[in-house]
Amino acid sequence: MPLLEIDKDKCIGCGGCVEACPLGALSLVDNLAVVDEKCTACGACLLACPVHALNLPEAGPQEAAKDLAAYSGVWVWVEQFHGKTGSISVEMLGQGRRLADSRKVALTACVLGHNVEHITKEAISFGADRVFWVDDPTLAAYSTAPYASTLINLVREYKPEIFLMGASSRGRDLAGSVASVLYTGLTADCTGLEIDPEKGLLLQTRPAFGGNIMATIICPNNRPQMATVRHRVFEMPVADLKRQGQVIPIKTAMSAEQITTHVVDSILEKDEVNLADARIIVSGGRGVGGPAGFETIRKLAELLGGAVGSSRSAVDAGWISYAHQVGQTGRTVRPDLYIACGISGQIQHLAGMKTSRVIVAINKNPEAPIFNVANYGIVGDLFQIVPALTEQFKNKLHK
Amino acid sequence: MNIIVCIKQVPDTTDVKINPETNTLIREGVSSIINPFDMYAIEEGLRLKEKFGGKVTVISLGPPQSIKALKEAVGMGADEAIQLSDRAFAGSDSWATSYTLALAIKKLGKFDIILCGKQAIDGDTGQVGPGIASQLGITQLTYVFKIIKLEPEIGKITVERLLEEGREIVEARLPALLTVVKDINQPRAATLFHMRRASSLQIPTWTAADLPGADLSKLGLKGSPTQVIKISSPPKREGVLDLIKADSAEQSAAILADKIIAEKIL
Repeated sequence: MPLLEIDKDKCIGCGGCVEACPLGALSLVDNLAVVDEKCTACGACLLACPVHALNLPEAGPQEAAKDLAAYSGVWVWVEQFHGKTGSISVEMLGQGRRLADSRKVALTACVLGHNVEHITKEAISFGADRVFWVDDPTLAAYSTAPYASTLINLVREYKPEIFLMGASSRGRDLAGSVASVLYTGLTADCTGLEIDPEKGLLLQTRPAFGGNIMATIICPNNRPQMATVRHRVFEMPVADLKRQGQVIPIKTAMSAEQITTHVVDSILEKDEVNLADARIIVSGGRGVGGPAGFETIRKLAELLGGAVGSSRSAVDAGWISYAHQVGQTGRTVRPDLYIACGISGQIQHLAGMKTSRVIVAINKNPEAPIFNVANYGIVGDLFQIVPALTEQFKNKLHK
Repeated sequence: MNIIVCIKQVPDTTDVKINPETNTLIREGVSSIINPFDMYAIEEGLRLKEKFGGKVTVISLGPPQSIKALKEAVGMGADEAIQLSDRAFAGSDSWATSYTLALAIKKLGKFDIILCGKQAIDGDTGQVGPGIASQLGITQLTYVFKIIKLEPEIGKITVERLLEEGREIVEARLPALLTVVKDINQPRAATLFHMRRASSLQIPTWTAADLPGADLSKLGLKGSPTQVIKISSPPKREGVLDLIKADSAEQSAAILADKIIAEKIL
């Protein structure tokens, strides 16, 4: 069945759509437009129709361009894992609130999961005016299709102007799918979001080429303007438990039978692996010398409540697992404190950590490039300095 | 089994030049490589072929010189390669790129698995894989670092995905698009045998006219919902290096500990 709908009462049989169709899927029968199976719902015919007799469930770009004004409000997808709100989403709610105030519109949070009513309250306390609450057993664990289809339906019905998600593994997976189906712009991994005071467009700034350039990107003719936002760039808002908001229960878009992807097991790592959420990271590189050397790194990380990172060379040597790798082919991190031990600081490593707030470098080689981005440095043997530093913190922090 | 691998040619340098008039990246004159994550996708495709039979087709959207990346993939053992190159594709953002690649994949016919790298190291978006999957209406499995089980006869795949909190084992239905991370394998080097084949292989170049059903208004810059309006340098790191020098490791460590504590992070 072609997706294109033709309103026979409106059609005047002018044939404009027949000419516009790149596939030859439209023809005139008895002076009325008729569509056949060749139609791919591309939308090319929509603008050609002078009487708006053609309609597609998925609005094409021209269609979107016509009714940009119909889109209003800022939305945030609130990510949760095992019923716990992701801190990245709390940051998003703070940013969403700021953008919504700037556009003088409401902030809506989309909470999907199972037994997640508590998160709706949390979202309101962090700034949401309205919460779409989709609670269903099929949404307990994140899976692309049911999450994406539910959000796509909501966007089509309620037409938000801006839709933000965290640039986490799940956020990137979901946003890429949603934006693709909606035919709208998606800017990945933003580190800056502002509203253009003249046109009201969302100005999305992101690093590219391993952080060597910053690009500011707009989405002028499609809606919603979508962005994923890098973790730990923006301040966490303060919860206001007295804030009031509206919670609207919504049904999920897919039935259990329609869902073909199932999470059968999840293996949680210790906190030392979760680089993305870590405020403090202690990282080791080639200078660590072997798997046993990482024990020294681990002790300091554990004392400070931080995660353990590593350079690519330590991962490639098999000293530590890939989940720990920081840099261009690993994770990009932005902790408050990054302690690089025995890491020379190749450009690919720097790309993954140079926006950390405070960088400390401990390296034997005074010429190591890591010192160019470090706030504090010690030239010396990490096996002497790191244990000594651990001892010092133990005493000074009374741990 | 029909395996399709999408690859991107990326600059092998971090020195980026920008055309001030168009605000686009100047890629001429910079040596190019296959995006490192895509190397893992190619390798995984070759391993699946070795295990299950079938063929590996690599496709790439890019300027004419991206043929080199495709030849390299054939040199590793890929059976066929398709280049997508046309002025009409120029300036594609991640949406238009996904759209174009999905049209080419539809033209290729029946497939079981599509493999992509988790992201390209120049754009860093990670959006094209999910974009292609959505355009084709197939399962997407991102950040895969292990294919645990593949059962083509019943159309089922089981993979392990790498997430922030740990790992996740997921069962899904084929056909599926997988984006892979570095840990999944160790890419092989090109062999002389395959390199000879690559040098004589005529790789077809498809233009917009070769893609059935292409909506020309959705291709290239014109079809891209996003526009780059400004390129700038990243903010410089503030402050200068405070290099701590003391007589012993203990003293240095003590001074450093005090300075870190004074930053009020701990």
